[in-house]
Amino acid sequence: MTGKNRENYNKNYIAYVHSFDPPTQHFKNCFRAFLVGGLICCIGQFIRYMLEGVFKLDGDELAGTTSIILIFLGTLLTGLGVYDRIGRNAGAGSIVPITGFANSVASPAIEFKTEGMVYGMAAKMFIVAGPIIVFGVLAGTAVGIIYLLL
Amino acid sequence: MQTIFFKNKPRIVATGTIAGPKECAGVVGKYVDKTLTDDMFGESTYEKAECKMLSYAISRAIENANEQEENVDLLISGDLLNQIISASFAARDFDFPFLGVYSACSTLSESFALAAMLVNAGYYKKIVAATGSHFSSAERQYRYPLELGNTRPPQSQWTVTGAGGAFISEKGSDVAITSATLGKVVDFGITDVNNMGAAMAPFMGIIEP
Repeated sequence: MTGKNRENYNKNYIAYVHSFDPPTQHFKNCFRAFLVGGLICCIGQFIRYMLEGVFKLDGDELAGTTSIILIFLGTLLTGLGVYDRIGRNAGAGSIVPITGFANSVASPAIEFKTEGMVYGMAAKMFIVAGPIIVFGVLAGTAVGIIYLLL
Repeated sequence: MQTIFFKNKPRIVATGTIAGPKECAGVVGKYVDKTLTDDMFGESTYEKAECKMLSYAISRAIENANEQEENVDLLISGDLLNQIISASFAARDFDFPFLGVYSACSTLSESFALAAMLVNAGYYKKIVAATGSHFSSAERQYRYPLELGNTRPPQSQWTVTGAGGAFISEKGSDVAITSATLGKVVDFGITDVNNMGAAMAPFMGIIEP
């Protein structure tokens, strides 16, 4: 079996396999993602207000410090083995915020620590976050060039 | 000729099994030789634990068959990791020849088929066929790090933490391997890493081309 015939056969088979998948509960998933994602953003905003009010930070310093604290919290929760449990229930709610990015760097680092500090942890640290960094830098460069030309 | 019938009917004399805590929580727990309470099996990495489980299953199968390690002619074994490393490392613990096989979830079936062929033909008399896998090492090999906060779709499958071995010989029990059907590689276009079962065990009867 080759060509078109094979293609149709596969399409039928994939449809058949998907007919057994439990239906995605969109409302429930979105609600959980909204709650957890919103909560993380509220915590971020709270940190921001605290830094602004108590420590008198402003501008880039304020934004940077807030991000650093959130990244630290995300990494800490990953290390404590809590973040993957939050992620299992919250879905995109805990992946999209910066804490999710911290998790995607910290989790391979923990996973590959057993293969050594250099060839394991350091080398494999970016297997999940690598594409985000590559395309982030690429998009940033493209936007920068467009900005320069305008 | 996809199916081979074994005239001399090689026997499965005994088995040795070991499984992790999650596997043994259900009905499987009653039938395994050893239940792990700790999925690291006292080792420092999941890969080492997998290797140790496999080694345990092999020696337990020999022990359950009331045989000595010196009498074993061959070990046929494989696992899910790169270069079937767990099976190769487990084979270091034994002083008999090793034949490594890889065919994902059907590694044990392939081992049985090869063992039955060799015993039936009379080249070897006593063969141990074994395989093992570990959930945590397979997750790293095929999917994502354990601590990554991603969601598993409800239809996703879990790799077993466990190992099993069987002692195959010319005679010695009532359980025989009578035939073996060797499979073809068929690509049905399944690309979902969380649903490897659909890629590996396609049920063809119901689908019209």
